[in-house]
Amino acid sequence: MSAVPISWYLLLSAVLFGIGAIGALTRRNGISIFLSVELMLNAANLTLVAYARQLGSHTGQVIVFFVMAVAAAEAAVGLALFIAVFRQRHTIDVNRMNLMRW
Amino acid sequence: MLQLLWLIPILPFLGAAINGVLGKKFPKPLVTAVALGAPFLSLLLALGCLWEFSQGSQDSFELTKYMWTTGDLSIPVAFLLDHLSAVMLFIITFVGFLIHVYSVGYMAHEEGYRRYFAYLNLFMCAMLLLVLGNNYLVMFVGWEGVGLCSYLLIGFYYDQPFPPYAGKKAFIVNRIGDFAFLVGMFALFANFGSLTYQDVLPKIVANPGLVTIPYVGSFSLASFVALCFFIGAMGKSAQIPLYVWLPDAMAGPTPVSALIHAATMVTAGVYMVVRSNAIYQLAPGVSLFVAVIGALTAIFAATIGIAQTDIKKVLAYSTVSQLGYMFLAAGLGAYSAALFHVMTHAFFKALLFLGSGSVIHAMSGDQDMDHMGGLKKWMPITRWTYLIGTLAIAGIPGFAGFFSKDEILHAAAANGQWILWAVGLITAGMTAFYMFRSYYLTFEGEFRGTHEQEHHLHESPPSMTIPLCILAVGAVVSGWVGLPKLVSAVNHFHHWLEPVIASPGGVSPAEHEMGSGAEAGLIAIAVLVAVAGWLAARSAYGGNKGLATGNAWAARIPVLHRLLLNKWYVDEIYDVLIVRPLAALSRFFWKAIDTFVIDGAINAGAFLTELTGDVGRFTTTGNVRNYALYFFLGVILLFWWVAFG
Amino acid sequence: METLIFALFAALALGSAIVVITHKSPIYSTLSLVLTLFSMAVLFVLLGAPFLGALQILVYAGAIVVLFLFVIMLLNVQKEETAHIDRGAQLWTALLGVAVFLGMFWLAFWRTGLRLGDSAPPAITQELVSLKGLAAELFGAYLLPFEMVGLLLLVAVIGATVAARRPGEAGSLQEEGIYASGEPLGEPAPPTPRKEANR
Repeated sequence: MSAVPISWYLLLSAVLFGIGAIGALTRRNGISIFLSVELMLNAANLTLVAYARQLGSHTGQVIVFFVMAVAAAEAAVGLALFIAVFRQRHTIDVNRMNLMRW
Repeated sequence: MLQLLWLIPILPFLGAAINGVLGKKFPKPLVTAVALGAPFLSLLLALGCLWEFSQGSQDSFELTKYMWTTGDLSIPVAFLLDHLSAVMLFIITFVGFLIHVYSVGYMAHEEGYRRYFAYLNLFMCAMLLLVLGNNYLVMFVGWEGVGLCSYLLIGFYYDQPFPPYAGKKAFIVNRIGDFAFLVGMFALFANFGSLTYQDVLPKIVANPGLVTIPYVGSFSLASFVALCFFIGAMGKSAQIPLYVWLPDAMAGPTPVSALIHAATMVTAGVYMVVRSNAIYQLAPGVSLFVAVIGALTAIFAATIGIAQTDIKKVLAYSTVSQLGYMFLAAGLGAYSAALFHVMTHAFFKALLFLGSGSVIHAMSGDQDMDHMGGLKKWMPITRWTYLIGTLAIAGIPGFAGFFSKDEILHAAAANGQWILWAVGLITAGMTAFYMFRSYYLTFEGEFRGTHEQEHHLHESPPSMTIPLCILAVGAVVSGWVGLPKLVSAVNHFHHWLEPVIASPGGVSPAEHEMGSGAEAGLIAIAVLVAVAGWLAARSAYGGNKGLATGNAWAARIPVLHRLLLNKWYVDEIYDVLIVRPLAALSRFFWKAIDTFVIDGAINAGAFLTELTGDVGRFTTTGNVRNYALYFFLGVILLFWWVAFG
Repeated sequence: METLIFALFAALALGSAIVVITHKSPIYSTLSLVLTLFSMAVLFVLLGAPFLGALQILVYAGAIVVLFLFVIMLLNVQKEETAHIDRGAQLWTALLGVAVFLGMFWLAFWRTGLRLGDSAPPAITQELVSLKGLAAELFGAYLLPFEMVGLLLLVAVIGATVAARRPGEAGSLQEEGIYASGEPLGEPAPPTPRKEANR
């Protein structure tokens, strides 16, 4: 079995991260932004696991563990905030949330 | 006792400090005690030191207190008591103390009593530093100090508009001289590495070639330094063209005029020239210049004094004139004559000023002689002492001024400077005239003032009259130490000063002799001129004539009279030629450079900041996605810096 | 074989990622994300971290995505309310930024010596795959962070509960006056005219 070089995993991870970044910056729907952020987090996770394999150490996997936990917490709180905002504005279009205009 | 020499300037300083800092809480008698106690102790110390010094065999006594060091410059803070500074020390402490006593009576009702005495004590300290210092820098410290105190005391009545202006004028005009003095000191230091008299002057005496080599252009070092020093003296001792501050300085209290602008501060220039006589002897061109300026000043001021109606102005111009005499003598190499005149002038001028203060006090502050007259009825002591002062300044034989003025005229004649002699002679005549004019207008004839003033006329209290009497004695007696050769083989004063007068290269100052017949003849001419001046004054103003004759004479020469009364419009000329252009230049610098360029630059900075804010606020769109973009861009920069920075 | 699996699931991940960011409907985006997460799980297993692969499906796909779906349903986010990706400055700046970012990545990793090239990775060891090894590291060196993450989750739970409370309930944010009035804010209110009489 020919093994896949780690660099390919890293490349994939970078591209996924890029896609996620574009999504986070350009979508108008708040939920969609969140989804893009989750995508970025996953890309980072892939990088960490790839290095864990390369270096033969468990540390990378441990970090992924923590990242997942934090991502969960973040998603929960973020969605709760969205709910709260939605109750006031009846919209989750981020363009409409512009009270801090000059 | 001589070891305590350093206390002599310090005690008045302490008096000034105590009265200045704590005096507000003192009751008035305590203020007086401190203010009088300090100069009195200085006087006692001075007398003690002088006694010890005269008993000893040394020519000088030096006491170094401290070395003032910055970098590689080391100046000793040290005091020198030699024959020259001994004379000055005596004059300053003695006359100074008497004037302090007089001020107690004169300033008794003043609001600023404590402040006055603090300044006056400070002045004593500075003046004593000036004469007791053993190097030019300590002298300069005292020089500046007396300038400061002069400013403070001239502008004493600061609630009126004119006195502060007069104080400023004095200080600024002095500054011009001080600058030249500094330049001279720099030149001296650059060439000798020291400013101490006993370092520099003996070297010059032993080796005149050191200073006669060309230094600046065709000026030798000696000429350059001598000229710079003399310009300093012009400012401090009110010679042409820097005399204009002294008449306006009469805005200060009269005892101040007596002490500072008659007896002591203005003589600092003469002291400085006499101290540096070694340098002046090696700079004949500059010395002649000094003599000419002195003579010119003497006659010029005398012409103005003739026409003045304010009694203090008359005395002020007479001071300028007498100072001219002193420089005339110094320029001719007759240094002991110059110092002799300093001493006699201190006595009779202080006497005259204090007498005028007594008169002004009685006249409820009125200084105009047109309102005075016949005061001898109310103020006998003042009248007799003032008369003695007038006789002294006019050069009537027997009184002090005669002896010193005679020496000066003799010096001019003996050196063949007949023009200068003539100028001095004419000035002596004018001096006699205007001084007796002031006497007659004030004390003789009918009283010309208002009724209220008449009711108020009274003799002054003893605190004022006793100093007058003591000074009157001095005005007579002080001349007897310098009797001319005709009368006494030994001129004690001249003999006392001999160790200080240098003989550079072994040549003593030109002391040409005249035959005793010629000398007697010249003295007789001088006396005749003085008496003629007196008689002219008496015929114009004596008896009950009052102002009538004087006014009639003035009416016959209206243009000249107006010129004299307005002091030849010198102040106005200075205003147009110097003051206004400078003011315009200052205004230019203010409006164009300060407001426009400097403030503009600062304002531009503020404007840019505002602009940045005005433009930058557009980044706060309130749009979350924009913020996310900024976030992302920031992360890119951060990554760049971490990875490649 | 391994290469094949990798290529297949990498392509799947990429494709579904693109769908995530481009689809109009949020539901479809979310479901696409699930597909992406599955592909990632497979890649994790391929890389010798089966536990993490399982965890990925359990936590991410199973909990987080479900949460997303709940919220979408709750808020009844309509397809019409969303729009495509905005054209214009935002899009182009984002594309440019991402391009720059990736370029920097390439520079950092390939040029500065971190390149790993085409060399084969070391073989998967039993040690690497074992849960025991992972647990030993987790509860050994990283015990403190582990506990702190637990605390973090607690805090998140509390925060989410508080933030999402219905307005009007006891102790709700509305009552505490954080929102000025019960009305929807909508556009910013026009400034109230000042009624000063300062003539």
